[in-house]
Amino acid sequence: MKRSDPVSPVEEEVEPSGVSRRDFLKISTIAATVPVVASPKTVLAAGEEVAVSGPGKVPISLLVNGEKLSAELEPRVTLLDALRNNFNITGAKRVCDRAECGACTVLMDGKTVYACSVLAIDAQGKKIETIESLSRGDQIHPIQQSFVDHDAQQCGFCTPGFVIATKALLDKYPNPTPEQARKELAGNFCRCGTYAGIRGVVHAGRKGA
Amino acid sequence: MSPVTDKDKTPYSWPDAKDRSVIGSRVSRVDGPSKSSGRAKYTYDYNPEGLLFGLMVRSPYAHCKVKSVDTSAAEKMAGVKAVKVVQGPGSEIFWAGDDIVGVAAVDEGTAEDAVRAIKVEYEVLPHMVDDWSEPKSAQEDTGPLSMDDLINMFQNQVPDEDVIARVKRDGITFQPAQEFLDAAGKEGVDKSVLAAIRTAQIKPAVQKPKSPFKKQAAKTQGDPAAAFKESEVVSEGLYGVPVITHCCLEPHGAVAAWGPGDHIEVQISTQNVSGMAGQMAEPLGIPASNIHMQQQNVGGGFGSKFSPDRWAIVAAQLSKQAGGAPVKMMLERRAELEVAGARPSAFARVKLGAKKDGELLVWQSSSWGTGGPGGGGMPPIPYVFDVPNQRLEHTSVATNGGPARAWRAPNHPQAAVLTLCAFDDMAAKLNMDPMAFLLKNIEMTGPRAKTYTEEFAKADELMGWKSRWHARGDKTAGPIKRGMGLSLHTWGGRGHASNCDFTVYPDGAVEIKMGTQDLGTGTRTAILMVAAETLGIPIDQIKLLIGDSKYPVSGGSGGSTTIGGVSSSTRRGAVNALKQVFAKAAPALNATPDQLSAKGGKVFVTADPSRSLSWKEACARIGAMPITSQGKNPNKQEPPDLTNSGAGGVQMADVSVDTETGIVTVNKMVAVQDCGLVINLKTAESQCYGALIMGISYALYEEKVLDPVTGRMLNADMEHYRLAGYGDIPELVVHMMTGKGYDERGVIGLGEPPVISPGAAISNAVANAIGVRVPFLPLTPDRVLSALHKTTSSKGVA
Ligand code: FES
Ligand code: FES
Repeated sequence: MKRSDPVSPVEEEVEPSGVSRRDFLKISTIAATVPVVASPKTVLAAGEEVAVSGPGKVPISLLVNGEKLSAELEPRVTLLDALRNNFNITGAKRVCDRAECGACTVLMDGKTVYACSVLAIDAQGKKIETIESLSRGDQIHPIQQSFVDHDAQQCGFCTPGFVIATKALLDKYPNPTPEQARKELAGNFCRCGTYAGIRGVVHAGRKGA
Repeated sequence: MSPVTDKDKTPYSWPDAKDRSVIGSRVSRVDGPSKSSGRAKYTYDYNPEGLLFGLMVRSPYAHCKVKSVDTSAAEKMAGVKAVKVVQGPGSEIFWAGDDIVGVAAVDEGTAEDAVRAIKVEYEVLPHMVDDWSEPKSAQEDTGPLSMDDLINMFQNQVPDEDVIARVKRDGITFQPAQEFLDAAGKEGVDKSVLAAIRTAQIKPAVQKPKSPFKKQAAKTQGDPAAAFKESEVVSEGLYGVPVITHCCLEPHGAVAAWGPGDHIEVQISTQNVSGMAGQMAEPLGIPASNIHMQQQNVGGGFGSKFSPDRWAIVAAQLSKQAGGAPVKMMLERRAELEVAGARPSAFARVKLGAKKDGELLVWQSSSWGTGGPGGGGMPPIPYVFDVPNQRLEHTSVATNGGPARAWRAPNHPQAAVLTLCAFDDMAAKLNMDPMAFLLKNIEMTGPRAKTYTEEFAKADELMGWKSRWHARGDKTAGPIKRGMGLSLHTWGGRGHASNCDFTVYPDGAVEIKMGTQDLGTGTRTAILMVAAETLGIPIDQIKLLIGDSKYPVSGGSGGSTTIGGVSSSTRRGAVNALKQVFAKAAPALNATPDQLSAKGGKVFVTADPSRSLSWKEACARIGAMPITSQGKNPNKQEPPDLTNSGAGGVQMADVSVDTETGIVTVNKMVAVQDCGLVINLKTAESQCYGALIMGISYALYEEKVLDPVTGRMLNADMEHYRLAGYGDIPELVVHMMTGKGYDERGVIGLGEPPVISPGAAISNAVANAIGVRVPFLPLTPDRVLSALHKTTSSKGVA
């Protein structure tokens, strides 16, 4: 796909939701075929017994920034909404709510995911790290400082997502080529137009590594 | 625009360049760490105790009447705390996504379920969402004129002789009372027109056929017919810019809590902290003084967040119904794109006449566009250049596409495309470098001609324009064609009315309060820089409080008026505070107050800096009671001093076009920009970078696509409403014109100007590359290919 393709900014296989394609197909199969109820808490789908939760609230516990957090949530609640609405961890932002913009980016077991597209119930047992985990009090992470130094933020609404995505980029490629940066940051959008500053962050990160 | 001379100096005047150590330097934004660490709180992040989640039932039809609303099932649902019919039976709805019923529930899932349980019956009415087809049926109005028709004609500056002819031919529908004639006379309506109205025949009103098209404006200047005769070269073209949506990343919305005694606490995502309460008072039926507005950060506005909108008002009403529990009503993404943002469209057929040497003689245009259900006005064309002979007419198109909102530099980006693209086509026809063509006619830009000339020289140097420019159509082999284009722009940007309070404490602490807001433009940092410069102390010793309607009133952040307003009020407040500090400190320094200066954390005798006190020591002389002072930027009636009007700039774009796929890639952009005295060079440059990026976005990708069949927005999500991404951004070069000749003008706003030119510059670069004009933005592959193959595609080439 060409650089300026007008429709699809993301060009390789992305796993924004953290749900693998296979799992997704399995879930779709359940929806497509009428599930056979084996017991109140499981259904038979494609010959396998699959556990069912809900539709009411179920206890959910998450490991966020090293802390165990618990709540009673409906299974339909996303990781993002659980973080924001139930645990008041609001650094990750809700913008598109459907895996298109990257404002909700967090790390799940060290990999970037769109928190709006992972169900909280599926995030159990995983290590969740949000933007808040990068700083301690007034001590901000060098990448966060670099965003300040390069003025890579205006309104700042996209910034937490971009900081996480940039950190993941520099963790993966300490010396990213422009092409690598372009691919790794293709899942985030900024409306104010701070990409010039972010390019400065990427560039400085490369030299600093 | 006259330069400020020494005799104009007041105690408030900006310090001379040699005395400035903070203003004009590069300072990192003070709220940067809170944003990059995710600690910064936005309205969307506000989660007070007992919060309820609000959601709207929205009209699925672009034009309809509400027949019935049944909320009973929703009201019975567990967890639903309030239901409010916003537009009930009988209401006519003029755009899809408009609010019908609001609900508030204990969580978002329950709110969604409640919305689904509400049954609304609609009578579907015919809609019209096509604003880009040339309005063929824009018939000339006939029949007698109502008072509204006449007022419309006055407001749109229809030439006197045309009004008189219409009045004589068709008559009027009302008895012209003396008050009406007097009022019209006061508004500047000519005596001859008033005489025609006074003696007009009075006829019964006729039912005029309802048409979405309305001839809005006509203007004639000079003698266009003669000028066309005199022209040696005539160029004609079609140009256009569609409706785009603001797409603020933080949607519109508010959290409202209706407290005891009818006091309301509101967190709101706004550009207008001080101006909100007054807009909510009437619909809520309580005094504005009972409404307390707060906001620390806003996730984008771009002109679309000046009103509380129905969303904040309904949130408050739902809260009242729910016994005072706070209600958060933030628009979902689809609604944000469909109803909360729209920049008016503009299209035009333009015909130009010029001499062979490039002297432009005449402009003729027939333009149209929509600002939503109300139609809309004519963009300021011809843009910047006052062509001596002109004939213009404009038709407004009323659509069911949702209401327009101000978008950075209202109407200017559209005017720049309609004008500078037509000029570029004329230059191509003359076989002239477009820069030479603009410079040949630069006197038509009036008093700014010299500045533009300097700016073109700078841009040429940064782009290598003259050495790299080629005539229209890249003749090199292969499918990739390269080209360059340019544009220029202007904007007012004088500061708005602004007030602030300073408090200086005996321990040296300083606090500033101002009812302004920081949209991410660096307003906080600029205020602190001005205060720090004036008081001679570091920024981090000053506490700044903004974003609260209880602070001194400061204007809304629109039209690039904030920096001029807040820097001027801050400067005045700080000078007034310093005067009092000097008065208290002077005896200790054996001097009179007027002999003192403040700099580098010290208060000292100007003539003998060795006689000094530290800032803390000086403030210790204040006594027990802190010093307070006010700063006020005067309103626009008074002559400007610290802030001024009239910024300009020129931009150049270098693009590559793949003629096989139609894909446009921007290789480089240069922006040369003036805005008087720059407070913070770092954030000023960021404004320009951001504007170039936003400009690339609307030039190449953005369009609010409305479906003619359903009347709904087809791309109301962020996958199909494509913004420019990190990978679309080329080399960007920004140069701020500062120093002598610029600084003395005072502070001028920068939010709008640099976002005006990119569309025209990029469109011109594409024409230069491929040899033909792609008439309408955005320059998507289908439009590029249809221009290349001269085919007619949807909204392609006519
Ligand atoms: S909010 Fe999750 S990707 Fe946009
Ligand atoms: S800084 Fe505003 S959206 Fe990126």
